[in-house]
Amino acid sequence: MGRTLAEKVWEAHVVRRAEGEPDLLYIDLHLVHEVTSPQAFDGLRSTGRPVRRPDLTLATEDHNVPTIDIDKPIADPISRAQVEALRKNCAEFDIPLFPLGSADQGIVHVVGPQLGLTQPGMTVVCGDSHTSTHGAFGALAFGIGTSEVEHVLATQTLPLKPFKTMAVTVNGPLPAGVTAKDLILAVIAKIGTGGGQGYVIEYRGEGVRGLSMEGRMTLCNMSIEAGARAGMVAPDQTTFDYIEGREHAPVGADWDAAVAYWQTLVTDPDATFDKEVVIEASELSPFVTWGTNPGQGVPLSATVPSPDDAADDVERAAIERALEYMALTPGTPMKEIPVDTVFVGSCTNGRIEDLRAAAAVIQGRKVADGVRMLVVPGSVKVRLQAMSEGLDEVFKQAGAEWREAGCSMCLAMNPDKLTPGERSASTSNRNFEGRQGPGGRTHLVSPQVAAATAVTGRFASPADLA
Amino acid sequence: MEAFTVHTGTAAPLRRSNVDTDQIIPAEYLKRITRHGFEDGLFSAWRKDPDFVLNKPEYAGVSVLVAGPDFGTGSSREHAVWALQDYGFKVVISSRFADIFRGNSGKAGLLTALVDQDVVESLWALIEADPSTSVTVDLDAQTISAGDIVASFDVDPYVRWRLLEGLDDIGITLQNAPDIERFESARPSFTPTTR
Ligand code: SF4
Repeated sequence: MGRTLAEKVWEAHVVRRAEGEPDLLYIDLHLVHEVTSPQAFDGLRSTGRPVRRPDLTLATEDHNVPTIDIDKPIADPISRAQVEALRKNCAEFDIPLFPLGSADQGIVHVVGPQLGLTQPGMTVVCGDSHTSTHGAFGALAFGIGTSEVEHVLATQTLPLKPFKTMAVTVNGPLPAGVTAKDLILAVIAKIGTGGGQGYVIEYRGEGVRGLSMEGRMTLCNMSIEAGARAGMVAPDQTTFDYIEGREHAPVGADWDAAVAYWQTLVTDPDATFDKEVVIEASELSPFVTWGTNPGQGVPLSATVPSPDDAADDVERAAIERALEYMALTPGTPMKEIPVDTVFVGSCTNGRIEDLRAAAAVIQGRKVADGVRMLVVPGSVKVRLQAMSEGLDEVFKQAGAEWREAGCSMCLAMNPDKLTPGERSASTSNRNFEGRQGPGGRTHLVSPQVAAATAVTGRFASPADLA
Repeated sequence: MEAFTVHTGTAAPLRRSNVDTDQIIPAEYLKRITRHGFEDGLFSAWRKDPDFVLNKPEYAGVSVLVAGPDFGTGSSREHAVWALQDYGFKVVISSRFADIFRGNSGKAGLLTALVDQDVVESLWALIEADPSTSVTVDLDAQTISAGDIVASFDVDPYVRWRLLEGLDDIGITLQNAPDIERFESARPSFTPTTR
């Protein structure tokens, strides 16, 4: 019987298989950041174990770093301690690190792909749930806990039980004005935030094939918000073109061998998935979340739902609670809701294509009075690329703030936060209560919708701008 | 991980059920960057009460915790196990443990001995009457003995084997190092390194 893409990658990494035991899987790339690694390094120290493959490990500073005044010491002592611990650990264990201020620093999930380190068919792990991003290349990439981080550091392997497989097939091309972000928000609204639990999702079909690598990364990034362990897209010419020539991409005969192998990384026609979901692209439109989990989303043209729409009492209570936290009234058109802050950035939408898309919308326009717009590149490289294209000037002339690279307002762990009661249109991935700051109200959107919303001060798509 | 065969020590009675991981160690301790030194966070809210069992001088130096049912419910934080170990506990005895807590304990080398509630009750009575009673937990024989009490306990066979051998997950994997080396030598030359 045929095998799915996920099964092929899994099988290619089984180091050891024994009856009654989990498979021991080899890990090709281990990404590390400051938040989830300190106890793992401490564990190695107390057991006297070395890092097995520092040359397959890479660290960067992202969650705690400020996005202004980066030449000054980090003000918050806890943030500073985490960053300093990472620097010390990487020095001690000989792990390459991109510290704040280095030309390769950035969000861990932006850095791996841009260096050409994320390649098809690899296993990629990081102590961070959005590791699923790297699945866009046809890699099996997933987040792990701190004990597992220690396990990978010490052994370059992980004992794992196989995941189930799910296909999400997008029929037809995405309509004009619909982005990968809108697609994934629609997928999560359809299957629910627990819909992917225990699964690796493979995104397929014309609507996925037509996406750029940036779009595929956005899609796979939020697999975690659907509850899945990982998301994947089979590699194709778009993938190869993106990787070729990057710093860590294979060259010469290695390149040819790699591409020949990568081309085999497709789900066989006779393979079966444990679950299948079909999305008709023609039914999609720009999407926005209204509630406090990523599954609580509606088309931008819709209204705030009512608890009366709930299928059962549990959902009813969830809607009521979310409406209360978000201070929204059922029936209000989404396009009439005013925002205070617009955030463009994060590992979901902080890549060059996202910044170009937002800049194209805001070019020659102004951020509405009373609205603060933050544009935060996902990495230093993205930032420099954007500046070489003049995008920073476009944003600044529109009245937006142009920042240094980092996770920034995606999570309230660094100085970029919402104040209590503030409402944001955010290109990040989580709209949980307090995610962007205690009491903050987050609406997830695409970069295009974020930019249009900044201009009107209310949720809007580029098509709404006169 | 140290091998665990027989442990003898004094025990503290924790007459509460449903002790969740937030009570074992509150979230504020989770921001720390070390793997050790969590003993101050253990039951930190209760430790402010001078009457709390661990604050009583007669229970100083205990290494066995006799807890009520449903110990370790709530969040999956591994810090709950670290805090118990850092405080000096080697064994927790209860009639019911939360799954994730039990799994984390097994990984970290803290023995969770599952017994009937009447065993818990008689242990409580015994160690309250005489806090200096020594409790012996024999993992090989799967028995707990203290005073006149001799009771058997349950433990996951795989966890038991690992504890007896002194193997943590990493230790087990490292036993298969030849498999890892064989796999590594066959990796294609085009796979990247971070150097
Ligand atoms: S940008 Fe947000 S989701 Fe992505 S790694 Fe940083 S904090 Fe996590």
